Amino acid sequence: MNHLLEINDLRVEFSTDAGTVRAVDGVSYSVDRGETLAIVGESGCGKSVSALSIMGLLPKPAARIRSGEILFNGVDLLGLDNGAMRHIRGKEIAMVFQEPMTSLNPLLTIGLQLTEALQLHMNMNLGQAWTRAQELLERVEISEAQRRLKQYPHHLSGGMRQRVMLALALSCEPKVIIADEPTTALDVTIQAQILELMKDLTHEMGMALVMITHNLGIVARYADTVNIMYAGKIVEGGAAKDIYASPRHPYTQGLMRSVPRLDLPREAKLVPIEGQPPDLSQLPPGCSFQPRCPYAVDLCSQEAPLLLETSLKHTAACWLVDEIEAVV
Amino acid sequence: MSSQTANMPAESSGDDKGDVLLEVRGLKKYFPVTSGGFFQKVVGQIKAVDDISFFVRRGETFGLVGESGCGKSTTGRSILQFDKPTAGEIRFEGTDLTQLGSEQMRQMRKRMQIVFQDPYSSLNPRMTAGMIVGEPMTVHHTVHNRSELAERVRDLFELVGLNPEMAERYPHQFSGGQRQRIGIARALALNPSFIVCDEPVSALDVSIQAQVINLFEELQERLGLTYLFIAHDLSVVRHIADRVAVMYLGHIVEVAPAEDLYSHPLHPYTQALLSAVPIPDPAIEANRKRIILKGEVPSPLNPPSGCVFHPRCPIADASCESAVPELIEISPEHWVACFKA
Repeated sequence: MNHLLEINDLRVEFSTDAGTVRAVDGVSYSVDRGETLAIVGESGCGKSVSALSIMGLLPKPAARIRSGEILFNGVDLLGLDNGAMRHIRGKEIAMVFQEPMTSLNPLLTIGLQLTEALQLHMNMNLGQAWTRAQELLERVEISEAQRRLKQYPHHLSGGMRQRVMLALALSCEPKVIIADEPTTALDVTIQAQILELMKDLTHEMGMALVMITHNLGIVARYADTVNIMYAGKIVEGGAAKDIYASPRHPYTQGLMRSVPRLDLPREAKLVPIEGQPPDLSQLPPGCSFQPRCPYAVDLCSQEAPLLLETSLKHTAACWLVDEIEAVV
Repeated sequence: MSSQTANMPAESSGDDKGDVLLEVRGLKKYFPVTSGGFFQKVVGQIKAVDDISFFVRRGETFGLVGESGCGKSTTGRSILQFDKPTAGEIRFEGTDLTQLGSEQMRQMRKRMQIVFQDPYSSLNPRMTAGMIVGEPMTVHHTVHNRSELAERVRDLFELVGLNPEMAERYPHQFSGGQRQRIGIARALALNPSFIVCDEPVSALDVSIQAQVINLFEELQERLGLTYLFIAHDLSVVRHIADRVAVMYLGHIVEVAPAEDLYSHPLHPYTQALLSAVPIPDPAIEANRKRIILKGEVPSPLNPPSGCVFHPRCPIADASCESAVPELIEISPEHWVACFKA
């Protein structure tokens, strides 16, 4: 059976001054109805680029999809022309961005931005769209919806703008929502409000949610499955509970050891990952994580390990996966 | 110990406060809001910091946490006199900084430094890393010749874990974590005893954050530094701070030793804040109780009456709307400003 959204061996390159950079290098994942998938990684690991590829929003001509397929309900989105893609984008797959101020149009009222999508995708007339827009704002718990519809984005606070983004994403009842660091710019109490709302609404409407984040706490709270990315590749994947209970890849383990946690003794020492984040234009041979890896052996700098199943539905890309103890 | 009132953290005298390096009393910082017309008529005041008091002991890390706009950064800037306080005293080793002239303050700055959040915008892109780290020493004439300067820069680079060979490079040739190390080396150049760390790790990637946090801890141990550590990340502050103050809308709502604050938060805001921080463990998260606050932080231009937190507080009643709760010492060293706590 087909997955709702399935990405197979996606490779995306960017042309830069420093040469060609492989931002996404052979990434595969899938997500189904009602499921929340988290893609975790640090800046430059390719997590956002993979999402933008799904939406057909890669910056052209700098970015180029080298190979791979993105199947939505079995149809390869990479084979669609602009017109066909426009029916998918927003209607079937919607996106919530990190910074709502730059992704909402500052010159249009909230009402106009919401009704535009509804008229375009849902064949509503202006009256119907306006009523629906008001319902949507109420749905994302914005008070005085009627008045808010006539306001501009700059009238709203950051949290409120992110609610509008969510209303916009939900407006055409998409099957998949991709949220790229949706709460990174928000305060922790507002972050909690938005994430709870997002979880409730996607569950209620049976949508698939792809959440891109660097925050391991958010992933633990909301995700069913997790992919950890490093330097353009998935290095570990599986059910959230398995990955947190027994992380197999040294990078995943390193990430978990380097964050202070409220539930551990206060004096617990943080164990950072040594070295610097990878420079994609000068990746080392073999495994990209090898220069920072405490376990690396000769083989690691000769050949890149493949992402293989280590236990049921739990994958890791490491030569030493059987030798390293799976603990945090 | 009986309940003490109000600005007690700062005013309780002659007891067990220990070796106090910095004492802030009744600090207020209001920013005027003007009409924007020709005469710039003042039409209101933004009460960024509204009557806060606390002290920092020599050698400790005092954490200041809160969400954006709570006044935590303004507090740090006011202490260093980057923003002149509207009212209040800032006593550093007994000297009230608000009373100092600019030359006296300039001398004082050698002993109090700041590390900023953004290692991208706080380093001059046209200066080499070595020049950036050396500049405070030439400005304050603490070195006498070129070779002494070079040697000192070299030492500082090593101290913060940077290869001294990299002194000739420009900021853009460094990663975020390395840039933050340059910022720290610059702050250490004049041998300060006190450093305000204003969100020093929030712009860094997770794996690099831990490196920089550990560096702060090592430097404190080696050099006996005192930190005012300002951050919004409650897990980071719990890890690094000895005592923590929680700010909300220009007020301190709770102060306690870190262990105590995180295990027994008394103020409803502190409780909500802590419950909103997700713990990276799905097994724990599945059964965790969380308090989701309603609404958003009100504008400091027109703060609520009474307790500033009352419109969002899950346990507020009529009394909270009319009177302002004062900081009361509930147990030793644990102060809270709430009628219900």
